[in-house]
Amino acid sequence: MTASRVVRVYVVDDHAMVRSGVRAELGTAGSGIDVVGEADGVTAGISGILSTAPDVVLLDVHMPDGGGRAVLEQVRPRLPAVRFLALSVSDAAEDVIGVIRAGARGYVTKTISGPDLIDAVLRVADGDAVFSPRLAGFVLDAFTTDGGAAPADESDLDRLTAREREVLRLLARGYAYKEIAGQLFISIKTVETHVSSVLRKLQLSSRHELTRWASDRRIV
Amino acid sequence: MSLPLPTRPPLVRRPADRVIAGVCEAVARHLQVDVLAVRGTFVVLVPFAGAGILAYAALWAFMPQDRSTPPRARSALSPRIVRERGTSIALLLLGLGAALLVGQLIGSAVVVPALLSGAGVAVIWRQVDEGRRPAGRQGWLWLGSGAALLFAGLIAFLVVSDQLAAARQAFTVILVVVAGLVLVTAPWWRRLVSELTAERRERIRTQERAEVAAHLHDSVLQTLALIQRHVDSPREVARLARGQERELRTWLYGRTPEAAQRFAAAMEAVAADVEDAYAVAVEAVVVGDCALDPATGALVQAAREALVNASRHSGVEAVSLYAEVEPDRVVAYIRDRGSGFDTAAVPADRQGIRGSIEGRMARHGGRAVVRSTPGTGTEVELGVDRAGVAGARG
Repeated sequence: MTASRVVRVYVVDDHAMVRSGVRAELGTAGSGIDVVGEADGVTAGISGILSTAPDVVLLDVHMPDGGGRAVLEQVRPRLPAVRFLALSVSDAAEDVIGVIRAGARGYVTKTISGPDLIDAVLRVADGDAVFSPRLAGFVLDAFTTDGGAAPADESDLDRLTAREREVLRLLARGYAYKEIAGQLFISIKTVETHVSSVLRKLQLSSRHELTRWASDRRIV
Repeated sequence: MSLPLPTRPPLVRRPADRVIAGVCEAVARHLQVDVLAVRGTFVVLVPFAGAGILAYAALWAFMPQDRSTPPRARSALSPRIVRERGTSIALLLLGLGAALLVGQLIGSAVVVPALLSGAGVAVIWRQVDEGRRPAGRQGWLWLGSGAALLFAGLIAFLVVSDQLAAARQAFTVILVVVAGLVLVTAPWWRRLVSELTAERRERIRTQERAEVAAHLHDSVLQTLALIQRHVDSPREVARLARGQERELRTWLYGRTPEAAQRFAAAMEAVAADVEDAYAVAVEAVVVGDCALDPATGALVQAAREALVNASRHSGVEAVSLYAEVEPDRVVAYIRDRGSGFDTAAVPADRQGIRGSIEGRMARHGGRAVVRSTPGTGTEVELGVDRAGVAGARG
C-alpha cells in the first residue's frame, strides 16, 4: 500500500446518498484518498473519468443505460491505467462475475465498512485485486469441475492451482491477507500475487461453464 | 345467524351428482326425500301436457348452480351412482314413452317435434351449465348435436303443421334482416370485445399492483417504521435492515421449493435465523451443493450452534460462515474476530461445544475442531465425509 501519494478516486453511482456516503468515508483525514469527482450516470461518468483521469473508479454495477459494464467498456480502451472497483447492493453471481470479466479489479458490497472500503480502494490503486468472501466463494464454485480431473483441452487459464484454491478458501472464510499469509507460511506479497492471478484467470478464462454457471445461479 | 328452525340444505344444483342437470337431486336434497321419488314424480307428470318437462325446465332455469363442487370425472363415479343413474334414465325413457303414447291417443301431432326440440334445448343448456364456454372438441360436439336435435324438432313441427313452404319464405326474410343487422352493428361488437379484453387486462394489472403494494406495506414499510423508532439502537436498526433485505431478495428472486432439501439452502437459512435472533451479521458463503442427509443435516445444526455461540459470546457484530461441498466431504468454518476463550479451560459440562457441536458431529462420523485464542477470536471447523456416510448408511 502506498502512503506517500494521494490516490485520486472518482465515484459513479446513480444514488446520491451512496455518493455522499462514500465521499464522507473516503475523505477521512489521513486516508490518503482524494475524491476528485462524481457522476450520477453512465454518460456523465464516462466523460468525467476521461477528463479527470483518476487512479481508481468506484463503480456502481446497476445503473440505467448499461450499468457499470458500459462504463468499463467505454473507458478501458482509452484509459487503460484507470482501475475499477465495483460497488453493488447485489450479490447476484451474474453481476459480480460480469463486472469482473468486463475489467473491474475488485468487487465489494455497499454494506462494507468505511475502513474496509479505504483499504479496498488503496489495494486496487496498487494494482492488486479485492475479493470479498462471497466473490471468493463464487470463483471456487465456478471453477470446480464435478468430475475431478480437468479435460485435456483446458488451458492453464481454466484451472486454479492448489495454492490459489487454498488462498480463495481462506478468503471465503473471512481471513485477511495477513492472516492468510500467516496460515500458509507465505508473504503477503505472495498472497496478493495469487489473488491477482485468480482475477486474471477469471477475466481471461474461456471456460464456457463460467457464464452459464453465473446466469444459472441467480442470487443468494 | 343461527336460527332455532331446522335448516334445510340450500336449493342448489350440483353438477357432480346430475343425470340431466341435477334438478331432481337438488330438490331431493332440499326436501330431504329419496331422489328416485322426486324423479318418479317428474316422470309421472310428463304425459300431462308435458307438465313434468315444463316444471323441470323452469326449475333448471331458476335454480343456481353450486360452483364449488366441480363436475365429477367419469372414472370417479361410484357403482351406486351408476346404478341410480341407470334407474333414472330408464324412468326418463318410460316417461317419454308414455308422453308419445298419450300424444298418439289424443291425436296430437306436435308431441314428437316438441320432444325432439326439447331434447335439443336440454343438451345445449346442459353443456352451457358446465362452464362459461364449451370446453374442447367434445363440448362443441355436444353443442352441435343439441342444435341438430333442436333444428330437426322445428322442421318436424313445420312438416306436421304443413307450413314448411311458408316458413321457407319467412326464413329467407329473417336471414336477410339478421345479416343486415350483423353487418351494421359489427363495429360495435368489435369494440365491445376489445373493450372487454382491455378491461380484463387492466384488472389483472391492478390486482398485481395491489399485491405488490400489500407486500411492500406488510414488509418494507413496517420495517422502515420500526427503524425510525429504533434510531438510538444501531444494532437493532442493522438487524431490522438485514432481515428486511433478505426477505425482499427472497420475494423478488424467489427460491425453488425443492431447494428446501438442499445443503446450501439449509446452510443459508440457518445463517439467516441466527442473524435475526442474535442481531449479528452472518457473512455466509456456500460453495457447491448436495442433498441433505442425516450427516450433512447434523453439520448444518452444528454450524448453527457454533454461529449462536459466536453471536452470544464473542462480542462482535459480524461472523463469517464458509461451507463447501467437496467431492468426498462437506466442510464448514465458523469464524469470529471476537474475544475468544481458552479452549482448555471450558468446563466439561458445557453443553454448547461438547454436546451440540462435537458430540453431534461424532455421532454422524464427522469431526469438529474448535480453535480459539483469547483476544483474537474463535474458529470452529466442522467436517463430515460424504462417501463414507453414504456407504455406512446405504
